[in-house]
Amino acid sequence: MGQLDDYRLMARIRRFEERLTALKDAGEIPGSIHLCNGQEAIPVGACRALRDGDHVTATYRGHGWAIARGVDLTGLFAEMMGRDSALCGGRAASPYLSDPGRWFVGENSIVGAGVPIATGAALTAQRTGSGAVSVVSIGDGAMNQGNVHEALNLAAVLDLPLVLVVENNVYSEMSRISDMVRVRQLAERAAGYGLPGRVVDGNDPDAVAEAVTEAVDRAREGSGPSIVEAMTERLVGHYSGDAQHYRPAGEIAAARQREPLARIRQAADADLAARLDAIDAEVSAEIETAVTAARAVPHPDPATAEEHVYV
Amino acid sequence: MSESLRYIQAVNAALTWALDSRTDTIYFGEDVALPGGPFGATKGLHKRFGSERIFDTPISETGFLGMALGAAMTGLRPIAEIMYADFSFVAMDQIVNQIATIHYSSAGRWKAPLVIRMQQGYSPGACAQHSHSPEAYFAHTAGLRVALPATPDDAYQMLRTAVVSDDPVVVAEARMLYPTRGQVRTDAPVEPVGGARVVRPGTDVTVVAWSRMVSAALDAAGTLAEEGIDVEVVDLRWLNPLDFDTVATSVSRTGRLVVAHEANLTGGFGAEIAARAAAECFTDLRAPIARVAAPDVPMPAAPALQAVVVPEAATVADAVRRTVRA
Repeated sequence: MGQLDDYRLMARIRRFEERLTALKDAGEIPGSIHLCNGQEAIPVGACRALRDGDHVTATYRGHGWAIARGVDLTGLFAEMMGRDSALCGGRAASPYLSDPGRWFVGENSIVGAGVPIATGAALTAQRTGSGAVSVVSIGDGAMNQGNVHEALNLAAVLDLPLVLVVENNVYSEMSRISDMVRVRQLAERAAGYGLPGRVVDGNDPDAVAEAVTEAVDRAREGSGPSIVEAMTERLVGHYSGDAQHYRPAGEIAAARQREPLARIRQAADADLAARLDAIDAEVSAEIETAVTAARAVPHPDPATAEEHVYV
Repeated sequence: MSESLRYIQAVNAALTWALDSRTDTIYFGEDVALPGGPFGATKGLHKRFGSERIFDTPISETGFLGMALGAAMTGLRPIAEIMYADFSFVAMDQIVNQIATIHYSSAGRWKAPLVIRMQQGYSPGACAQHSHSPEAYFAHTAGLRVALPATPDDAYQMLRTAVVSDDPVVVAEARMLYPTRGQVRTDAPVEPVGGARVVRPGTDVTVVAWSRMVSAALDAAGTLAEEGIDVEVVDLRWLNPLDFDTVATSVSRTGRLVVAHEANLTGGFGAEIAARAAAECFTDLRAPIARVAAPDVPMPAAPALQAVVVPEAATVADAVRRTVRA
């Protein structure tokens, strides 16, 4: 995939979330949502390394991963609108959605809890000899959760085909990660599990793709898990209602100069800028089509509220 | 065909059956492979099925229960062993938030066909962190099936049922029952999930029990028969799905109900049975419902203290006498 493809996919994620914010403001989406604005290069770069059958597990900030994995946009909007979506039937909403059809094990509202589950997907791949890998993303704050530690050690001793992508966006929810750990880079912890760990520029899809491909190749050939720490910045709050009083003045404005879409724009000549404009227009139209289609999805039948507890 | 087996041997036989009959079944937990399990439940399985099918995990219940879920979602049928039920508490996020919810939250698109096997209850000298009876926590959680086999035959049949089920099942055995011996129907067809059983018919009072308290209830019934009190004993077997019909039918005959469990009284599953009976059997009841349970204290280790905390046959018999004389 080239730069234009990356741009299109990152723009799709950005525009999706901007539209989501507008829908929330208009009262069409209940509950809080956690946006990945500014972090789009990580799922886009990482998913370049994947093929059909590779499972992806994300955090509650996982819209970008779902979209990069090819989950249907209408389904995503409908699920977040609380409608009877083809994804989760209105039972999961933004922070817990999944799609087995796209090998998207899903998001998770419990910080770090997806890592043990992703380890299980890696176990299936190993024991069935499918050749698949399991990629799991977490935020920087999740590195302090016990479940992540347990799963990494487990994956390491079993040589499972697992790739952990740490999206370090500086903030552990609403507190600076530098106040929460005594290591300079979270990838340094990889050594504690006997695993390789790398730090990459998470605002550069090529850098992410190169590092994740190396980790995925290693996993596929049976050499076990890896950790990739992708450095990025959050352009928005922890959740939709976060006023971000804890962030220093000018921080977000500066981040806007470094975010992945702006970078491509800044380096573009007139010809490329025109092509990017065209992509933006196409993406906007695509998103509006999905919103319209999602609005046509009915709300779940209240009579089904107790269905699917058991098989 | 039936064989005389100890309870723990019946568990081993059920696991052998599961690993033999389904190649997608894997078994893991702490010290289950080479060591054969702390109670011998998995003795010989590693030698027979190899490290691909049965393997030891690090001491990390959250990690390996989450791994069981991910493996179940993607095509395997894992059985994960929690050595002592008390250790399940360190993994409650994976059990309650993850394993129990994924089928519902995906509107049925993911399944979690896994078994969490554990043993629970007191044993002489065991401290408060090796004696819990946590069945009510699991039965309280929508999405989990909960099985508590009380006999060697049920240890065999119910574990096989759990393995075949497409829902996540917690199988909680009673450690104190492991040495007990009984006939096990090794060639019986696999039973469906659920179903209580009248294990002793009687006319004067219904005692509903499960796990170790079933044998305590039967012992009490023997003593009470000599006193002219005819006790019906119902082994609930599964707390989820709850077969309340068998309880209600029994109470409609006897008019009296005693519920007996080893777990602490407050919020125990006995409260659920009592509440259901009060709502659904009100006109059949001739006496207040009685509950037999441990008092609300953590389990002491000293035998002299355990003797007054752990409910036994005599505790059940006392409750029945009070109920019949009420």
